[in-house]
Amino acid sequence: MKTAHRGGGPRRRPRVLRALPLTPAVLVMLAFLAGPIGYCVYLAFTDLQLTGQAESSFVGFDNFLDAFGDEDFLNAVWLTLVFTVLSSLIGQNTLGLGLALLMQRASKAVRTLTGGIVITAWVLPEVVAGFLLYAFFKRDGTLNAVLDWLHLPTQNWLFALPILAVSFANVWRGTAFSMLVYSAALNEIPKEIVESAQMDGAGGLRRLWHITLPMIRRSIGTNLMLNTLQTLSVFGLIWVMTRGGPGNDSQTLPLYMYEQAFQNSMIGYATAVALLLLVVGSLFSVVYMRLLRTEI
Amino acid sequence: MATRTFAARSRGPFLTPRTARRLAADLGLLALAAAFVLPLAWVVLSSLDEKADLRVQWPKEASFANFDAVLTDEITFTPLLNSLLLCGVATLLTVVCAALAAYPLSRYRSRLNRPFLLTILFATCLPITAIMVPVYAMFVQVELIDTMQGVIFLFAASQLPFAIWLMKNFMDGVPKELEEAAWTDGASPLQSLLRIVLPLMGPGVAVVTVFSFVMMWGNFFVPFMLLLSPDQFPAAVSINDFFGNRGTVVYGQLAAFSIIYSTPVIVLYMLVARRLGGGFALGGAVKG
Repeated sequence: MKTAHRGGGPRRRPRVLRALPLTPAVLVMLAFLAGPIGYCVYLAFTDLQLTGQAESSFVGFDNFLDAFGDEDFLNAVWLTLVFTVLSSLIGQNTLGLGLALLMQRASKAVRTLTGGIVITAWVLPEVVAGFLLYAFFKRDGTLNAVLDWLHLPTQNWLFALPILAVSFANVWRGTAFSMLVYSAALNEIPKEIVESAQMDGAGGLRRLWHITLPMIRRSIGTNLMLNTLQTLSVFGLIWVMTRGGPGNDSQTLPLYMYEQAFQNSMIGYATAVALLLLVVGSLFSVVYMRLLRTEI
Repeated sequence: MATRTFAARSRGPFLTPRTARRLAADLGLLALAAAFVLPLAWVVLSSLDEKADLRVQWPKEASFANFDAVLTDEITFTPLLNSLLLCGVATLLTVVCAALAAYPLSRYRSRLNRPFLLTILFATCLPITAIMVPVYAMFVQVELIDTMQGVIFLFAASQLPFAIWLMKNFMDGVPKELEEAAWTDGASPLQSLLRIVLPLMGPGVAVVTVFSFVMMWGNFFVPFMLLLSPDQFPAAVSINDFFGNRGTVVYGQLAAFSIIYSTPVIVLYMLVARRLGGGFALGGAVKG
């Protein structure tokens, strides 16, 4: 912590009174954040349905056993994995680092222009980004027009390779975050270190591998965690582009959960899936906090 | 002067290694920028083209006809007003609660601060998407489903952990010494928060406000799940109608509406970009 806390404060007040300003925030978070999470844990062990059934009963681990026996669920797990690895670990992270590295050397005008475009893609509302990428990947969309112009084979992307298309969409939308994180990290590397390595005759790739990357490794760690958590909860982008289809070919866990809850009315079962998603998110969250542990 | 020695050692007089490197970097960035800009170009060009389809093309007769067509109560004004109501009230709630909560966390030393802050940080990272099905079930029980206040509270709750975290970090930057005079004059904590701390961290409050608003404005899943009556839909949800219910999609109008809907957040983002930029995430926690 940066500020020195010397205790005291405005006169010495009873501890309870001091904590009073926390109450509104704590109440809202308890009721609308902790509440649903607790309810999620409870519902996941029941067979609550949306319609038809007046009462729900406790079913133990049935929902989870059902899930792991369900092909559609396993398909959603697999697609979530593909989506996360392709778009977050590989796409956003590497492209963001690449952009940041290039920006270190580029002229100011090009840097500002590129940064502006990439950040605009990031700031756009999720649904709008979804529409733009839908138009881009659609059979008669821009991508095929460009490929055609280059005399390359075209493809009905949203039909043939939907998970690839939504992964690219997520890269388009999410890369700005990594770019900003890495630009900040690179700016903090002392110039002398890079220059002395240059003097010693280390080439660009060696400098990147032996100096730059080790020096920003904490940024890499935190960025990977945050990207992954973001990507795990993407819904609107995929919903707008493919609705999880065709068939189940781009149905990641959040879309599977939604379908189970509202198309199949299986609230209890969908909540079990939600709980699994929450547990995975929590694991990433804990690792992330360990990475940051010196900061608090 | 290291660079100058470098330039002097170069082979050719015109293209020094340094300029060559810069040129290569510029070209690389421009190529990437071109790839990124194509979808954006589509929305801008199509919004001006009554006969727009799905590919990027220059409008034969540029006009504002698409904007005229969508600027009606039903398509634009009601959803935008709903968005403004939902996000505005939720942002206000978030900022007020976060400022109050950040004060004791920043000003007093307590054994509970660290566990509280760790919990907040943990909550910041949870995927909010995951809890939407239980939230739906819960809101049905307590009759908050299909109400504006339900969405507002959920927006605020989901944004609060990050807002508190950010606010606390900005507040730590205001030296305690400045408050001490007020305390000796007998000012209450609330008075010194309102009169001294918050004015001094104005830019910080602006960042928290704008960031919360931008996040809520773009959020699709929360209102999509919790609101059922179309007359309450914010723009994030009503934009779906362009696909679903209107039969053939008029892409030009869709593009025009997308621009109208996106402009506020882009403008707001630009206003605070300098402070938000870089390792802003989690109030500098990303710095490595």
